[in-house]
Amino acid sequence: MRIVVLVKPVPDPASAGERLGPDGRLDRAAVPAVVNGNDEFALEAALKLVEAAGEGEITLLSMAPASAPETLRKALAMGATRAVHVTDPALAGSCAVSTATVLARALRDLAFDFVLAGIDASDGLGGIVPAAVAAHLGLPYLSYAQRIEPDLTTRTIRVRRTSPTGYDLLEAPLPAVIGCTQALGEPRYPSLKGIMAARGKEIVTRSLADLGLDPTTHGTSAATTALLDTRMPASRGATEIVRGTPDEGAARIVDFLVERRII
Amino acid sequence: MGALWVVAEPGTGGGLARISAEAATLVRELAASTGRGAIGVVIAPDPAPAAADLATYLPVVWAITEPAAKDHAWSAVAAGHVANLMADDVPDAIFVGAGADGRDLAGAVSALTGLGVLVNATSVAWGENGPAVEMSIFGGKLLTTSGFTGGRGIVTIRPNVTTAVEAGAVGRVEARSEAVPARLPAVRVLERISEAGAAAPIEEARIIVSGGRGVGGPEGFAIVEQLADALGGAVGASRAAVDSGWIPYSQQIGQTGKIVKPELYLALGISGAIQHKVGMRTSGAIVAINRDTDAPIAEFADLFVAGDLFEVGAALLERLRARTG
Repeated sequence: MRIVVLVKPVPDPASAGERLGPDGRLDRAAVPAVVNGNDEFALEAALKLVEAAGEGEITLLSMAPASAPETLRKALAMGATRAVHVTDPALAGSCAVSTATVLARALRDLAFDFVLAGIDASDGLGGIVPAAVAAHLGLPYLSYAQRIEPDLTTRTIRVRRTSPTGYDLLEAPLPAVIGCTQALGEPRYPSLKGIMAARGKEIVTRSLADLGLDPTTHGTSAATTALLDTRMPASRGATEIVRGTPDEGAARIVDFLVERRII
Repeated sequence: MGALWVVAEPGTGGGLARISAEAATLVRELAASTGRGAIGVVIAPDPAPAAADLATYLPVVWAITEPAAKDHAWSAVAAGHVANLMADDVPDAIFVGAGADGRDLAGAVSALTGLGVLVNATSVAWGENGPAVEMSIFGGKLLTTSGFTGGRGIVTIRPNVTTAVEAGAVGRVEARSEAVPARLPAVRVLERISEAGAAAPIEEARIIVSGGRGVGGPEGFAIVEQLADALGGAVGASRAAVDSGWIPYSQQIGQTGKIVKPELYLALGISGAIQHKVGMRTSGAIVAINRDTDAPIAEFADLFVAGDLFEVGAALLERLRARTG
């Protein structure tokens, strides 16, 4: 079973220190980078599928700045086989269209039965790149996965896609691209053995030239979107704290809802 | 000058999704202020009900009958039609809701057309060079305004950023049922399963009552559900409650769940850790019931009631029921 997992290093959301730099792009030096949360769920799902199949390999694919291997080692320590790191100074400031094009191009050089990707990234929250990658490759896209059941004998994959009221059971031929959610299960912590092993695992670096892509069609100057302005959101105001009997608390809530014309 | 399009996502029972009505309202006003046309696009096995509904918001609606949407994932089928429509008419912007179907569609259409995407819009104005799209980033800490360098693109709109208001006159529905070769591989839907206990969709709810670790177990969600029922809202949850298996993932709010913006967010036994906060901090009003006055939510709720959530919840339920008789 050959699985590619798309991995994005993101500023640690728990740090609560994310900010934009003077160039209007994410200030990556401001906070430590971690593997995007939904990508960890994707990787955990991949590890479980390989374990259940008794064989297989997992390749991480990341388009990220030069510092990314530090973060990729953490994902390798969880148990991935190797990583492919697409990095190029010309990619700085790339938009989602460019990102999807590059990832799709890099995937064409990799052998896989299916691709797993986090459904969105905690820094951008757009949730559009996996769908775009699938469309570029002409592969089926099965999104919002809460369970993944590949069948290499019939070359099909079934996915439970989270719906507003439950789930839709999807089926498509392999190869396919799957958008992964937290419902797939908690990611494991790397073991000491895993951390040691990760040091020796291969991280292949690929530039735009290696991929045969034109640098002038990527990066800030070629981006389809541009930041125009930023501002701070209006402050919520102070919290009113109510202490008292349960009924006094309840009475205040009802009054508050009436004041706000909610009821 | 191109028109502005609103692509309607599938709603429950073949009707119009509320996010699409909100997007249509926003786009109609934007189109009127810039002298552009506003066109709705409905792609469904039977587009008639949703198209008729959408025409109460927009002057023109294109209804595309697509039998494949019945038992196939909608976005891949719909994206081909949208890309195909663009061969005849080039819109200045395409708007779609920022829910699961809308995001899937936006990604696919972007790949097919090369159009950029601005995501999770909280408001849209018209700038010198096309749409100026405001979005909230870093878990609500910063608002940014962005545009398309090529002047046009795709915008996903967050639910509840505007109120759906019907137009003064009902628009015209035009059937556009020309056959289109599939542009993307279709994904079969074998079954659509409704899970017991799954309440109203939380993304579109005006009121959300949410339970966290403090609820203590699946039976503890009874008070959350009763309050949601009394307020006419939906049931949400923190990751702690979902991880414990007390409530399905579809109801989870936060970093790896859904981002919501209801008029009222009532949090029971939720500490308000950053991973949850980023999913709900832009709610209209935040009310928390929590025993722990040191919980982070005490710092950003509008009203924080210190106390036992079951006792305060029961008293609140009684008062709400007394009001409605």
